[in-house]
Amino acid sequence: MTAPDPMAEIRASFFVECEELLEALQDGLQQMDEGSADHETIHVVFRAVHSIKGGAGAFGLETLVHFAHRYETTLDAVRSGSLAVAPDLIRLFFRATDHLSDLVRAARDDTELPEEAGRELLCDLDAHTSPLDDEPIPEIEFQPLGISLDLDTSGVIESKRCIGFDITFKPAADMFDTGNDVYPILGALAGLGPCEVTCDTSELPVMDKLAPETCYLSWQIKLISDVDEAEVASMFEFVEGLCNYTIDEVFDTKHASENVGPEKSDISPNLSEPEPKAPSPPGPPPVKSTIKRSADTDAAAVKTVVRVDLDRIERLVNLVGELVINQAMLAQSLQDVGLSPHSDAMNGLEEFQRLTRDIQDSVMMIRAQPVKPLFQRMSRIVREASAAVGKDVRLISEGENTEVDKTVIERIADPLTHMIRNAVDHGLESPQDRRAAGKPESGTVRLSAAHRSGRVIIEVSDDGAGINRKRVQEIAVNKGLIIAGMPLSDTEIDNLLFLPGFSTASSISDLSGRGVGMDVVRTSIQSLGGRISITSVPSEGTTFSISLPLTLAVLDGMVIEVAGETLVLPLNMVTETLTLSAETLDSLQPGVDIVRVRSGFVPLFDLGHQLGYRAKKESYVGSVALLITHENGSLGALVVDGIQDQRQVVIKGLDDTFYRAPGIAAATILGDGQIALILDPSDIIAKAADVPLELEA
Amino acid sequence: MCLWNWKHNMSQDPALENETIELLTFKLGDQEYSLDIMCVREIRSWTKATPLPHAPSFMHGVINLRGTVLPVMDLAKRLCLPPRQKSDRNVIVVVKNGDTMTGLLVDAVSDIVALKCGDLQPPPETGSQGVPAVIKSLTLIEDRMIRVLDLHNVVSFAKKEAA
Repeated sequence: MTAPDPMAEIRASFFVECEELLEALQDGLQQMDEGSADHETIHVVFRAVHSIKGGAGAFGLETLVHFAHRYETTLDAVRSGSLAVAPDLIRLFFRATDHLSDLVRAARDDTELPEEAGRELLCDLDAHTSPLDDEPIPEIEFQPLGISLDLDTSGVIESKRCIGFDITFKPAADMFDTGNDVYPILGALAGLGPCEVTCDTSELPVMDKLAPETCYLSWQIKLISDVDEAEVASMFEFVEGLCNYTIDEVFDTKHASENVGPEKSDISPNLSEPEPKAPSPPGPPPVKSTIKRSADTDAAAVKTVVRVDLDRIERLVNLVGELVINQAMLAQSLQDVGLSPHSDAMNGLEEFQRLTRDIQDSVMMIRAQPVKPLFQRMSRIVREASAAVGKDVRLISEGENTEVDKTVIERIADPLTHMIRNAVDHGLESPQDRRAAGKPESGTVRLSAAHRSGRVIIEVSDDGAGINRKRVQEIAVNKGLIIAGMPLSDTEIDNLLFLPGFSTASSISDLSGRGVGMDVVRTSIQSLGGRISITSVPSEGTTFSISLPLTLAVLDGMVIEVAGETLVLPLNMVTETLTLSAETLDSLQPGVDIVRVRSGFVPLFDLGHQLGYRAKKESYVGSVALLITHENGSLGALVVDGIQDQRQVVIKGLDDTFYRAPGIAAATILGDGQIALILDPSDIIAKAADVPLELEA
Repeated sequence: MCLWNWKHNMSQDPALENETIELLTFKLGDQEYSLDIMCVREIRSWTKATPLPHAPSFMHGVINLRGTVLPVMDLAKRLCLPPRQKSDRNVIVVVKNGDTMTGLLVDAVSDIVALKCGDLQPPPETGSQGVPAVIKSLTLIEDRMIRVLDLHNVVSFAKKEAA
């Protein structure tokens, strides 16, 4: 084995970092766009670009450095206040960010981007900055250690008017009852600027007089900050009425910090104990960026993250899968031995099962990732798509922190892109039409993710005109998909969109309608074990809703028996089980059986026959059938020989390089070591028509 | 249960000018076949396979090979040999062709023989029918004809046929 090139490794980690920085950059711009940005946001944005530039310099990525530098120059102008933030500018920044991420990706994959793409952007960026700023890029810009994220807070603070506050704070006993504590408040104050905290313990009684639930302590805080009194007071917002506090403005000076002396950047948790003044190291400039940073991290709850190679996780997932199978095998053999269910061994086994399940859940959580990066990619798609068709579109994303299995995220990206493009292109009306309909000119596309009963629901909705059902029906007739004059319900018409070879846009724009239709979207979602449905309200909009399993590694299944073979059906497809009786059975035409379920008629399929395991049953009376609900809401019933169990099974991929069995989604390993096939009921029913009535032996 | 497990060592006999080839010989009905031992991963005793629906007849099914799903092909059916009796001596030879692992169901394994490459001779021209030959070469051992299989054609042609 050759030793890995250390440079390549550093390079790889730089690109990983870039992805994170780009994410932070996107976030920041988003906040600025929504107007929820504070003065820190622009710094975050600036820092992200700056860090990318620095790193790129280290690896000699000229184009990247060049672009990042110009971008940074414009951002700097905003940061220093010489350039006002306008919606136009934010849009430009978004475009620049898109280009920057293109450049990063190109650099990573060692490909070249056409230069024209960036030139126009650069011109636009430069248009916002005075020519003075357009100095050549400093040659020795990069210093790997120098790319610290510190921003020169000292400069910011000193250039502003600093006010000193004298704050006293005495919590009442019931403040603690409400779940509030002193420490977070002091932490928040420290976030405003350098401060010095002293605890007054003078009221503490002697031990035998001490009531344990009373607070005898109070605090004096000297704070220097550039904020006004109201903002300082807002730190006590949550404990209003639960404490006594006073805030006095005491001095107003540029160098007030000197009065405070050495600044304590960390407030130790034992502050509530009487504590002498912090040991004073001979203090260089009192204002350190650490304070600013801690304020930052306070807001976004400090998380420690470990970067792990995906292969290792895969290995762990596989091993846990083995463990689950082995455990089931052990359980089976203990049962076969005939141990009493109350014996120690069986009790131990039960505990073992519980642990295995916990381990499995935790391992699956490692693979789970928030959908945020995916959604950010979609916001870019919206920007590009709306620019291409000349519509003003706003993307609202919700539930960005919803976590889904990594593979699901990877494989949902393409269908989602397609749906977003569709929403912008076909879903939303042109600005003129919107105005005529009395809607705001800019359209809204909403992208949301949420967990619902063990599945992930991703919705793409627009506030456009809704599905033009008349037109859809016409097209379907013209394309020979349905027969003219067929009475169809609204849902049925909406579902026509999923038919292969259907495209609603009367003119094929170059955005969507490139031959990949909604049928491809549906197929790829189904291959993930997902479902897709449409709801549409005329002139209010259309919503596509995708429901996906949380993981692709395990499945809740119903273990059934057919012709001596054990099979697994995904539990979520099974609506109910039926015992067939002569009264409910009927035949539509020879070979086509139906069963009456309450007041509806449901087609009946003999699973053993459909799979080619045996000839069709003579009579279904007394057999068990499972009612299956399809994505489109239609029903089907599968006759099985018996139901064995309901359990979680580990999904194993089938090697279909030389044979792909119809109706089979995957396989799993049962407790006895045998392989059971996992069925895809929709596929079986869809292909039912192809199975000949009489099987040759 | 694993009966044998071979460790492969490519640099076994670097000094030999005349390259030797080791063959695993096995029986299908009354005929003897062999495979280059380098592509054999292990030999497993017969286990019940899970049949795949609507599969071509030579697809015996899938078995559990230490947690992975291994497709098993009935070699006799694949070679269009007449059906024969099942016995306990039936084994599954696990082979690797490129990156894919496949199980081959055979009647019984017989021996491992080492031959010089020169002892192998190509099968006589019989006029191919546009079908890749599954028999790569023939050889005689103690007056018995042994057929050497072309694993790639056995496995990958099956792929096309099934598709």
